[in-house]
Amino acid sequence: MTTPSQTVGPYLSIGLSWDEGPFVVPADASGAVWLRGEIRDGNGDLVPDALVETWQADPDGRFHTHGFRGFGRCGTDDEGKWAICTRKPGPVDGQAPHIAVSVFARGLLDRVITRVYFADEAPANAADKVLESIPEARRHTLLAAPDGDGYRFDIRLQGDDETVFFTF
Amino acid sequence: MTSPHPPLLSPGYKSTVLRAPLQAPILLPGSLSELTGPALGEGPVASGDADLTLDGKGGEAQGQRIIVHGQVRDAAGRPVRDQLVEVWQANAAGRYLHKWDRHDAPLDPHFTGVGRALTDDEGRYRFVTVKPGAYPWGNHPNAWRPAHIHFSLFGRAFTQRLVTQMYFPDDPLFAFDPIYHSVPEFARDRLVAGFDLGATIDSWALGFRFDIVLSGDSATPWETK
Repeated sequence: MTTPSQTVGPYLSIGLSWDEGPFVVPADASGAVWLRGEIRDGNGDLVPDALVETWQADPDGRFHTHGFRGFGRCGTDDEGKWAICTRKPGPVDGQAPHIAVSVFARGLLDRVITRVYFADEAPANAADKVLESIPEARRHTLLAAPDGDGYRFDIRLQGDDETVFFTF
Repeated sequence: MTSPHPPLLSPGYKSTVLRAPLQAPILLPGSLSELTGPALGEGPVASGDADLTLDGKGGEAQGQRIIVHGQVRDAAGRPVRDQLVEVWQANAAGRYLHKWDRHDAPLDPHFTGVGRALTDDEGRYRFVTVKPGAYPWGNHPNAWRPAHIHFSLFGRAFTQRLVTQMYFPDDPLFAFDPIYHSVPEFARDRLVAGFDLGATIDSWALGFRFDIVLSGDSATPWETK
């Protein structure tokens, strides 16, 4: 009797915006990095009414550790951009460091789920079972590239270079 | 079991056409990243957040006052305790407090349409609000959304996250709404609150009950969906 999902609609920011949402850690915390990206649709157009949520382990690969919320949330702005300030996670369960991501938007009747991996973790990524299960030509859509004060992770909902999305 | 969730590509709802991913999703084996989830607790909830009718400055929202309450459970029937429930909605005239909402209906200076609550030890939540109005949305000629309240829930695991919409009983707009119809027919009534005389307060507010069941549970989230 699971309750069905419905879209967040265009006015999601009314209910889901928090000032502190993007700050998994404060910007001046030790080891803080910005994870930034933009979201595009099947036409390549930017999506200004989406929301990204992140869930992750701490740098030691542990969840629910004291003082580390592990959760981030940021709506896209008028240019389809989002940014979350966090720490890079450690390896979890023998997997390469990664961040679990939900994307919500007008036009998405259910969230879509993806993962951020880190392009500068090549040896760990090469041994990761989830990445291995993805056709090689699509793996790059899950790799965040080092960029300025952190990493860049763009999301393509549909079309060429569509981001890999997961189901449970 | 057949999924109760709507297919992402539901062309009657036009915005899905360019936003629904077209590649098949890849099955993710369970790991700690999915078996755990944020425990947000009281942090985001302030006193008064569960009463949307009072603006905190002595003003009161216009409209039919209602009480919306219910229980949040996992697929095994266990209450989901101490969980953040977030809601947002249009005002009684069918207008959202949002820069993109251009519907020619009045804003209410005493209504923001945002609410937050934590579930109690039995997984119960309760909001006081006003009944939202229906509004036009341009998806097709003469398109009107049935009155609804947006709900957001986390559950105990990343797998349980749910955002949905609660509808009101016997809305004549159901028949014409592609978002409501995107849900498989067998599961649509799960989105419709029941009128609840027991929760109705004499001479003050009508009661509605909306129970929510999250997929899976934090112990074995893979067995049901």
